[in-house]
Amino acid sequence: MKLSALQQSYLTRRANSFRGSAQLDSSGDAAVKSPAAIFWLVIHGVCCLISLVLGFRFSRLVFFFLFSANLYTAPFRGGAEVAAPLDVPPPANRTVASRVVVGRHGIRIRPWPHPDPVEVMKAHSIIERVQREQRTLFGVKNPRTVIAVTPTYVRTFQTLHLTGVMHALMVVPYDLVWIVVEAGGVTNETASIIAKSGLRTIHVGFSQRMPNSWEARHKLESRMRLQALRIVSKEKLDGVVVFADDSNMHSMELFDEAQNVKWIGAVSVGILLHSEEPSAMVQREEEGVSVPVQGPACNATDKFVGWHTFNSLLYTGRSAVYVDDRAPVLPRKLEWSGFVLNSRLVWKDVDGKPEWVKDLDALGGVDEEIESPLSLLKSSSVVEPLGNCGRQVLLWWLRVEARTDSKFPSRWIIDPPLDITIPSKRTPWPDAPPELPSNEKVLIGTQEQTNKPSTRTKTPRSRRSRSKRKHDTKVIGVQVSTKSEQN
Amino acid sequence: MDFWKVGFLGLLCAASVFATGAVELGRHQPTERISGSAGDVLEDDPVGRLKVFVYELPSKYNKKILQKDPRCLTHMFAAEIFMHRFLLSSPVRTLNPEEADWFYTPVYTTCDLTPNGLPLPFKSPRMMRSAIQLISSNWPYWNRTEGADHFFVTPHDFGACFHYQEEKAIERGILPLLQRATLVQTFGQRNHVCLKEGSITIPPYAPPQKMHAHLIPDKTPRSIFVYFRGLFYDVGNDPEGGYYARGARAAVWENFKNNPLFDISTEHPTTYYEDMQRAVFCLCPLGWAPWSPRLVEAVIFGCIPVIIADDIVLPFADAIPWEEIGVFVDEKDVPQLDTILTSIPPEVILRKQRLLANPSMKQAMLFPQPAQPGDAFHQVLNGLARKLPHEKSVFLKAGEKVLNWTAGPVGDLKPW
Repeated sequence: MKLSALQQSYLTRRANSFRGSAQLDSSGDAAVKSPAAIFWLVIHGVCCLISLVLGFRFSRLVFFFLFSANLYTAPFRGGAEVAAPLDVPPPANRTVASRVVVGRHGIRIRPWPHPDPVEVMKAHSIIERVQREQRTLFGVKNPRTVIAVTPTYVRTFQTLHLTGVMHALMVVPYDLVWIVVEAGGVTNETASIIAKSGLRTIHVGFSQRMPNSWEARHKLESRMRLQALRIVSKEKLDGVVVFADDSNMHSMELFDEAQNVKWIGAVSVGILLHSEEPSAMVQREEEGVSVPVQGPACNATDKFVGWHTFNSLLYTGRSAVYVDDRAPVLPRKLEWSGFVLNSRLVWKDVDGKPEWVKDLDALGGVDEEIESPLSLLKSSSVVEPLGNCGRQVLLWWLRVEARTDSKFPSRWIIDPPLDITIPSKRTPWPDAPPELPSNEKVLIGTQEQTNKPSTRTKTPRSRRSRSKRKHDTKVIGVQVSTKSEQN
Repeated sequence: MDFWKVGFLGLLCAASVFATGAVELGRHQPTERISGSAGDVLEDDPVGRLKVFVYELPSKYNKKILQKDPRCLTHMFAAEIFMHRFLLSSPVRTLNPEEADWFYTPVYTTCDLTPNGLPLPFKSPRMMRSAIQLISSNWPYWNRTEGADHFFVTPHDFGACFHYQEEKAIERGILPLLQRATLVQTFGQRNHVCLKEGSITIPPYAPPQKMHAHLIPDKTPRSIFVYFRGLFYDVGNDPEGGYYARGARAAVWENFKNNPLFDISTEHPTTYYEDMQRAVFCLCPLGWAPWSPRLVEAVIFGCIPVIIADDIVLPFADAIPWEEIGVFVDEKDVPQLDTILTSIPPEVILRKQRLLANPSMKQAMLFPQPAQPGDAFHQVLNGLARKLPHEKSVFLKAGEKVLNWTAGPVGDLKPW
């Protein structure tokens, strides 16, 4: 195989290099095959056979020994050809020697061709500097502070949702103020999460606790957001207000578009309804429903003409009522998170406020339901559609919560550490059999202790674990049962 | 009173001048003026500084060849055809050869294409020779100077050496008949047989409309550090490696294929142009010849070109200060490419990007149809204008002959 490959490559190379000249040169004297031509042909054939036998082009050796005296303009020739010995070309008369040499060069590979971490960091800082320059040149001129408003409360999925929002806000390239309103009062739990952000935060409590039904929860969240707007008004925070609900997903373009808002803008929100029973899914697919989108609607000339709202009729009777129902959670007609406000709209006693905005204090009575910031306006035609007139979906709305009776360790730190007991047929652990330990449940709880292991191997292990615990409560041990015990 | 009036008027004029100057600065991305060794010449207007006479050759030298293979209009050697078309309708063209400073011969030597689209240069010397014989016998201007005030466009791999293999090209040397003429070519390498003193280096042809159709918004952040798409090994012609690109491309691959900062591969993505606009550095290593259209693409898309080709002469080298715009890396330093690129201070990188953003820089690399001010056609004419006036010595006395019409390989002497 190797031989034939060599031969083939050799032939193709010759073919390539001589394809033109062969046509030109042989055209003239192809008529008579001179004895010289036949002689060379025979020699060529013999040499080819010898090469075949030996396994390499021995012609190089031959020419090396025969013509070693002439060999010098080696840079010119990449390898001797067998048949016609080329006339060694006279070295070109050049006044200045070029340092660039034609011919085969080695491929230089350094001893450890892998990235050096220091250089990688330098490269990233270069990229970051270039992007900062790009933003200064082509991005928003005079970017305004982003004021993010997040209503939250302590529950199992709070860390999950809040960390997502926090990471999104940490990457925003503009100045940011994060107003976190917590139902049930300020807690250390929430404070510890948002302290990790490094952002400027305003953490306030709301006296009422978060109720259990979605209806009531939406109402309470609206009131919490109004509370945040009151803070904006009182502190005279200047910038753009973005409603970042803690379970939503935001794209960075949302914050870029928010910079363009004059007074009040609306963006398109994708509504993610979490999955349902398979049977319901099939029916849904037949209807051909894709992800519903809420947001401003524009006509062909990019004029704002109305709204795409959420059609909850499709889901009547199938939607969740309580926070931990397994049915899809429906949004309101227009969610708060789809709106972006200029913070000056809620300021008191400031000039330049447009006359179509109502005073913040006039809203928010206990009975009044504020569904969306549109209640702040006397007429909704002044809304500016953002994100290419609503064609870009800039954030996604989702509500997912764990069961109300689910418990989680405070700040997700397991203290004291657990005793984990997992049955295994043989030690060490990596060789454990594929079947998982049967009925082994480890329930984590702030007050509850670890659950008793399964009944099968209950007696010996529990005895062992209990005795172990007596001596040393801090050790996390892997209890291994021997084969005999299993049987 | 008059004095005050004059003073007031003067103040008004000065104010208006300053105002327009200030407005101009503030509009787009701040750019820097580009001035090479010949000065700030990119925006010079050649009209009025030179006159070019275009010989009328029979169509077998130009139109018929193009008709046989219209692919010549889109490949990277298309500059010779577009130069001809530009000159025919340009204001520098004169129909009176007596007042011409330069003479142009429209012969398309790079239009004999293989089925794959690569030009075969084997008939080109004969074609050129036949054209020169024609003009020398039908007009007296060739014999007057033996071609010293004539220019030819030879955009092939090694210019007027008319071969794609470097050793063969060096063996042949520049066609003897073109010894005294000015060559406008893409090939440029210092101390090389195929680069004549006084040649004008031009960029290879890259289709302007195609590139402008793939522009992405300026604010898209540049997140790729180094970008390259192309061959590293030419398995068909150089299976053992080491010949192609003098081993430099292979060295790039072997050293940096595992480096996440280097986005390099042999793929042909459809988003090639868009990706270049998202990269900070674009590699432009040599291939079989030192020049490549990648340089043009890098300049148009604002990606800093990293040129890996020893002793290369870049297009319009006297008008464009390439040292300040691109990064030059010796072939022997390729294994340290990442160290070299990461040790460039960010201010230098930002300055290079500002220079690249200069619209006259981008315009100078293109051959748009129809021609626009400041484009490559005009830079060629500027280059020719800078060589004027011709020295008295180029005009030969009666009976004086310099060129040897029978020099060169025997095959070249056959009529075409």
